[in-house]
Amino acid sequence: MATPLKRVRGLGTAHHGTETFWRQRLTAVANVPLIIFLIFSIVTNIGAPYDEVRAYLAHPLVALAFVALILSAAIHMRIGLKEIIEDYVHGGARIVAILLATFFAVGVGLASLLAIVKISLGS
Amino acid sequence: MGNAKLGAERPLSPHLSIYRPMLTMMMSIAHRISGAANAAGFLLLVWWLVAVASGPESYAQVSSVFASIPGRLILFLFSWSLIHHMLGGIRHLIWDTGHGLDKLSIEIFAWATIIGSTVLTVLVWVVGYWLRGA
Repeated sequence: MATPLKRVRGLGTAHHGTETFWRQRLTAVANVPLIIFLIFSIVTNIGAPYDEVRAYLAHPLVALAFVALILSAAIHMRIGLKEIIEDYVHGGARIVAILLATFFAVGVGLASLLAIVKISLGS
Repeated sequence: MGNAKLGAERPLSPHLSIYRPMLTMMMSIAHRISGAANAAGFLLLVWWLVAVASGPESYAQVSSVFASIPGRLILFLFSWSLIHHMLGGIRHLIWDTGHGLDKLSIEIFAWATIIGSTVLTVLVWVVGYWLRGA
């Protein structure tokens, strides 16, 4: 019998407790300043010459903000996409969809991180 | 399997198809749609960063797409989606504290998200263009 105490000790059916809930809120809070910064970066760099954009992204503080943004946004995105999939996709397709959403989040996250690292190292 | 029959006769909830669309319900859907749109928009960010990392030629390609009218329109919509999802998310964070769950507050939050996201998006672009002097 699953008593309330047992539920608490076992952290629920998935044994992760409120970990995902908390992580979604944590990344949500982090995303607020980071996304404001991203929108500012986009708007002020539209149509700017290559050297200018590259120099902007190579600035350590800008690069730091971008790395934080990419990590936080990718984690938040993976949780959100999974939540949508779990509500609307059923059966085996659900597993495939969650796999694809995870690959997408990891893929775009790693690609943009690598780009920032490359720009920062100036190679 | 008597339970299955009982279950089938019970009213199912929510009956989305017969609900009169309500503002708060549309905002919930809009939050999901903007979230999914932001995920797609992440591809634009990857495209931009990888192009800058790859060199002047690939950057020139991306830059001309983003600087074109359809490109700017897509970026404008992307920024609107981001800001809309951000304000909608802040609404959720307030609800997480247990506050603002009464009928009046959720209506105010819904309108604040719609009007706020639109005004802020336009403001961001006006200020951005003004800073660039373009």
